[in-house]
Amino acid sequence: MPNGQAAPLSSTASGGSLSDSAVQSAVVGWARSGAILTSRRRWLVLIGLLVASVVVMCFCSGFGAAKLSSRDLLAAIGSLLTTGRIDGAVDDTVGAILFQVRLPRVLMGFLVGGTLAIVGATLQALLRNALADPYVLGVSSGAALGVALAMLLGMGTIWVVVPVLPLWGFAGGVTALMLIYRLAQSHGHLPIHSLLLAGVILNAMLTAVIMFITSIMDPARSTGLIMWLMGSLTPPSWVNLIGIALYVTAGTLVLLYQAPALNVLTQGEDTARSLGINTEGLKRRLYVLTALLTGAVVAVSGMIGFIGMVIPHAVRMAIGSDHRLLMPASAFVGGMFLVLSDTVARTAFAPAEIPVGVVTALAGGPVFLYLLLWRKDRMT
Amino acid sequence: MPTPLRSESDTAYMPTDSALTAEEISFRYSPFQSGRPWTIEQATFSVAPGQVLGIVGPNGSGKSSMLKLLAGLLRPESGTIRLTGRALKDLTALEIAKTLAMVPQEQALVFPFTVAETVLMGRFPHRQTGWWSAEMGVERGEDLVAAHQAMAETDVLDLADRLVSELSGGERQRVMIARALAQAPRILLLDEPTAFLDLNHQVELCALIQRLAKERSLTVVLVSHDLNVASLLCDRLLMVKDGKICAQGTPVETIRPEVLRAVYGCAVVVDAHPQRGVPRVTLGVMQ
Repeated sequence: MPNGQAAPLSSTASGGSLSDSAVQSAVVGWARSGAILTSRRRWLVLIGLLVASVVVMCFCSGFGAAKLSSRDLLAAIGSLLTTGRIDGAVDDTVGAILFQVRLPRVLMGFLVGGTLAIVGATLQALLRNALADPYVLGVSSGAALGVALAMLLGMGTIWVVVPVLPLWGFAGGVTALMLIYRLAQSHGHLPIHSLLLAGVILNAMLTAVIMFITSIMDPARSTGLIMWLMGSLTPPSWVNLIGIALYVTAGTLVLLYQAPALNVLTQGEDTARSLGINTEGLKRRLYVLTALLTGAVVAVSGMIGFIGMVIPHAVRMAIGSDHRLLMPASAFVGGMFLVLSDTVARTAFAPAEIPVGVVTALAGGPVFLYLLLWRKDRMT
Repeated sequence: MPTPLRSESDTAYMPTDSALTAEEISFRYSPFQSGRPWTIEQATFSVAPGQVLGIVGPNGSGKSSMLKLLAGLLRPESGTIRLTGRALKDLTALEIAKTLAMVPQEQALVFPFTVAETVLMGRFPHRQTGWWSAEMGVERGEDLVAAHQAMAETDVLDLADRLVSELSGGERQRVMIARALAQAPRILLLDEPTAFLDLNHQVELCALIQRLAKERSLTVVLVSHDLNVASLLCDRLLMVKDGKICAQGTPVETIRPEVLRAVYGCAVVVDAHPQRGVPRVTLGVMQ
């Protein structure tokens, strides 16, 4: 096909192939300039982020009330690998601190942060709004209310056997999300302002109910509840950690499977449907998945805000909008961000600990305001 | 400019096997509320392969609803729509998407996708349907070839790595058409393709649509509020008022002062386009 001249076409068959030099050089150009996502770029980014995540987690495990040197860490990990025992060969305290306190907490932070970020990326595509986030929209509050109710009813202790709290969180989260969608929708559109306004109002109402619940609880229990509500990570038992890891990993994988359809959904519902997507079914699946994940995360760590909004946005600016890379990359970056925030939360005012939700909100809130101001003229 | 649109009589275009037919379709929003008026009432028409059909009429006459019905985005309450002979309601969204592409009037541009990424989304209905590689994998060679071709035809290859949100209205409309072409459709539906475009981009886009209809033997159905654009561009026109088809036929048959007076309720002057001979509409002087 001579360059620059449109070939007469009958569907895809006649117009050249990838061996055609004009097509080939164009495609190579797209790959090089980042105009399209290539397999190579995706794996390079994800492997890079995986390595960075491991480094961040090891680094943050060393910080805390008792400072562990990197030699201690290496020795502890070495003994784990050689003997399979997590306390023994090395100094008992080091092993205990590392494997009973630090590492579970760091891993939990990574799981929670990663889940919040990938849920945020999904909600942003679903609602076609770069400011969407489970916290801002009130999904987290809904989940928190569910969990608080369960705690009020005394169901807080048996969740290892049956994941009661995440299920209550899920019920609260999915209800809040459906409410938001119904409240903000008008004539098949989701205007940004009504969406945010609906989220604010719903948040206020849900928070009021949660405060009511904490006020009628006995003070000994309500203090813990308030700390949890502000968003805090506590070192979980390994059983709980593995349980939650399996749960969010499975949810995340199912969510990742929707990435190509999410790309198309961002183009508008009519376009998505005319490209063969059952948009109602897809939206329903995404509601359930995001609420399931938010419920679980809120149940273990309370309301940690802004990760879901800021991280996908930053990642999108760095690597582009394609959800096949954006979603997993956001998960890694969100995980690292929360691990770092939590390290600040537990060391900045040591021995006192501040809730990690305070750290993420202080870091993320200004970014949210900046986006709102900066994008005001571009989004209506 | 290509050869004159139509020199033969219209009977030459009459469908033997039509690309798209509507048989007495009626539609209304919220059918369960009593007393809702019909948005589309008893509409019957057909489009032959390779033909350009224009749907024209005043605002709120049901033009866009008609297009959404043809795209399968809305379901008629009664009547049948056939896509290359098969009833639309028996086809899945994916099956429709392999034959028919649509460019809606409004485009959501919230996220910074590049032009190449946007065009490649048109390949969605043709993606592999295995599980891991299919959903998460990147595009296959034939997807890239189809996207490249569509971009060459709409002249947006130079824009490949630009963000769609940064483009001008005319460029963006060409990108959206490229995405629809990457879908490898036989029928292309366009909702107000020339609305909000400057004059030069309107001319460009009209030439593009005519070329596609000719070279790809693509069947095109478009909605337009601009009678002069429709007159130049379309082989046949549907004149719609209050959901009813008031007139259908070639521009010469439909764009007539008495028809326009009935549809729009105002006096206009109709003469012949100086170069092409198709009807040209000018606003009448109010008295």
